[in-house]
Amino acid sequence: MTTQAAEPAPEALAEIIEAHTHLEGPLLPILHAMQEAFGFVPGTAVPVIAKALKLTRAEVHGVISFYHDFREAPAGRHTVKICRAEACQAVGGAALSEAVLSKLGIGWGETTPDGAVTVEPVYCLGLCACAPAAMVDGKVMGRADADRLTALAGEGAA
Amino acid sequence: MKIYVPRDAAAKALGADEVAEAVAREAEARGMSLQIVRNGSRGMVWLEPLVEVEASGRRLAYGPVQASDVPALLDGTLDSLGAVEDIPFFARQTRLTFARVGLNDPHSLDDYKAHGGLAGLRRVLDMRGEAVIDELKASGLRGRGGAGFPAGIKWDTVRMAHADRKYIVCNADEGDSGTFADRMLMEGDPFCLIEGMVIAGVTVGATKGFVYLRSEYPDAIEVMTEAVELARAAGLLGDAVLGTGPAFDMEIRVGAGAYVCGEETSLLNSLEGKRGVVRAKPPLPALEGLFGKPTVVNNVLTLATVPVIFEKGAEHYASFGLGRSKGTMPIQIAGNVARGGLFETAFGMPLGELVNDVAGGTASGRPVKAVQVGGPLGAYMPTSKFDTPFGYEEFDGQGGLIGHAGVVVFDDSADMAGLARFAMEFCAVESCGKCTPCRIGAVRGVETIDRIAAGDAAAVPLLEDLCETMRDGSLCALGGFTPYPVLSALRGFPEEFGPARDAAE
Ligand SMILES: Cc1cc2nc3c(=O)[nH]c(=O)nc-3n(C[C@H](O)[C@H](O)[C@H](O)COP(=O)(O)O)c2cc1C
Repeated sequence: MTTQAAEPAPEALAEIIEAHTHLEGPLLPILHAMQEAFGFVPGTAVPVIAKALKLTRAEVHGVISFYHDFREAPAGRHTVKICRAEACQAVGGAALSEAVLSKLGIGWGETTPDGAVTVEPVYCLGLCACAPAAMVDGKVMGRADADRLTALAGEGAA
Repeated sequence: MKIYVPRDAAAKALGADEVAEAVAREAEARGMSLQIVRNGSRGMVWLEPLVEVEASGRRLAYGPVQASDVPALLDGTLDSLGAVEDIPFFARQTRLTFARVGLNDPHSLDDYKAHGGLAGLRRVLDMRGEAVIDELKASGLRGRGGAGFPAGIKWDTVRMAHADRKYIVCNADEGDSGTFADRMLMEGDPFCLIEGMVIAGVTVGATKGFVYLRSEYPDAIEVMTEAVELARAAGLLGDAVLGTGPAFDMEIRVGAGAYVCGEETSLLNSLEGKRGVVRAKPPLPALEGLFGKPTVVNNVLTLATVPVIFEKGAEHYASFGLGRSKGTMPIQIAGNVARGGLFETAFGMPLGELVNDVAGGTASGRPVKAVQVGGPLGAYMPTSKFDTPFGYEEFDGQGGLIGHAGVVVFDDSADMAGLARFAMEFCAVESCGKCTPCRIGAVRGVETIDRIAAGDAAAVPLLEDLCETMRDGSLCALGGFTPYPVLSALRGFPEEFGPARDAAE
């Protein structure tokens, strides 16, 4: 049971695009705004963006798929990002990720069956002097441990 | 009474927001009148949240402070660390680029000006462009993003180029593991970066600036965005810089989680709204950069060092350092380390002194095995190389690089073959895909290291060959420098690369 992707209204898409077309190089700001509004970049947005920016659909799709940040489907209610980079590895980062993933019973980029938590890898949060580092729903966490990172799963299920 | 509780992301990651809330709550309950300032971090991350209390002319530090310590803090019964300036880690530093970080309210232009802010820009506005370039060259400032290219030469190329529009692009993609100086600077002293970009714009004739800021830094994005608005409202940005200068304005743009977008040409493609694919050079971005126009691309620290150079003069800046590495470097010490944080010092300090003396060795208390300097593309330096002085040429001579000056410490439990494998894996994940040595080479690299681990002796020379191909044939330093961590781990710790290694020797 994953969260169903609500189909955003065409007016909502148009409004977001409209708000950014005055920028130089508006595509990334538009994609960020879409993801902010809907939690992912809806497939239905691709042709609309392409038309507005005079690009091909392939070009827009190519950009969305190039960047790790953009999702083409919604994530769980909570997103946990765990750093996999070297400074975090130096203080048990790999063991931390393993513990979190096995506790939740999912792999990287997957969402728990109840739709509560998505776990994603991240390569450096700039918190390397208080590693291992993580980010929970956009909030930074230093010296992270598996208990704190999986606490949300319980909340979500309740 | 003023209480400083950092709003730096590392401080927040360790509970600074909860401390700030507790201070506000407790003060209200006691009917105390006090001002809470959310400053940047003083850079001693092991003491965060580091709270400072300013009363009767003294500013005393406490840390690490938890929300539950706040009643004692306000009672005056909590043990103090003394003044930050007297803590040995801080007292040993030479802070030029980071002079104001942690000292000021990041969003107070008055604070900024009271501590030397805008003095550099005011001088520059009275100088001819050529004189500004000469002074920048004389300062010896080299690019702090990694490549160490002289800033003055880059700026002059853009200044001399003829075009209807030029750009200043600040590279705030800071993707290297073990680095966080850009983040701390932007969160702690955003006007300093803005001033540096304005000086660049005024000097080369650019009217527009972009900060390409990675999405992994939401706090820096917030602080910088607000600072740009404040700077615009105060006339530091706009149609006439500080009322009399030329026009310059800037925007904050957010990256989207691609390491390779820190490479300057990939970054420019990303800003233009394209896939972050690396461009072949030439043409240089200085001549054909953003939207094909002449563009200065500089790292955050490069640009944020410009104001102090013009405030104090090039000679002052160049009087610090070692050989061709002039001035100071904000070094970031991280990983398995007792005292991690930001340590700005003149170039020249031996690596071992930094790791053992300044940072106190490992956090685990076990012996140091190796340190990786310069991010995921930097070499693993074994302790036998600890006498290498911190400088561009000096590290190069030891088969390493300083990059963006991140120092990641590993204790003796580190798995060097695993780290070498990770370097290849990271390169494969982050490759932009444009050139074959990087895109395919990194995948083969992972497989080859696995073969070595499984006992295949013949795979060792294969890995060395592959690294040579990646180094010589890649379009940018992602594929080109991945051999640094891989080969340094292999050569420094051959016994860890599977049973085959001995046979191969
Ligand atoms: C894969 C890769 C990633 C890079 N990442 C960054 C980065 O995050 N920040 C940065 O300033 N420079 C980075 N660079 C270096 C830039 O390409 C460029 O040299 C730099 O922005 C120039 O500014 P500087 O002269 O002020 O250092 C990277 C280079 C490569 C090859």
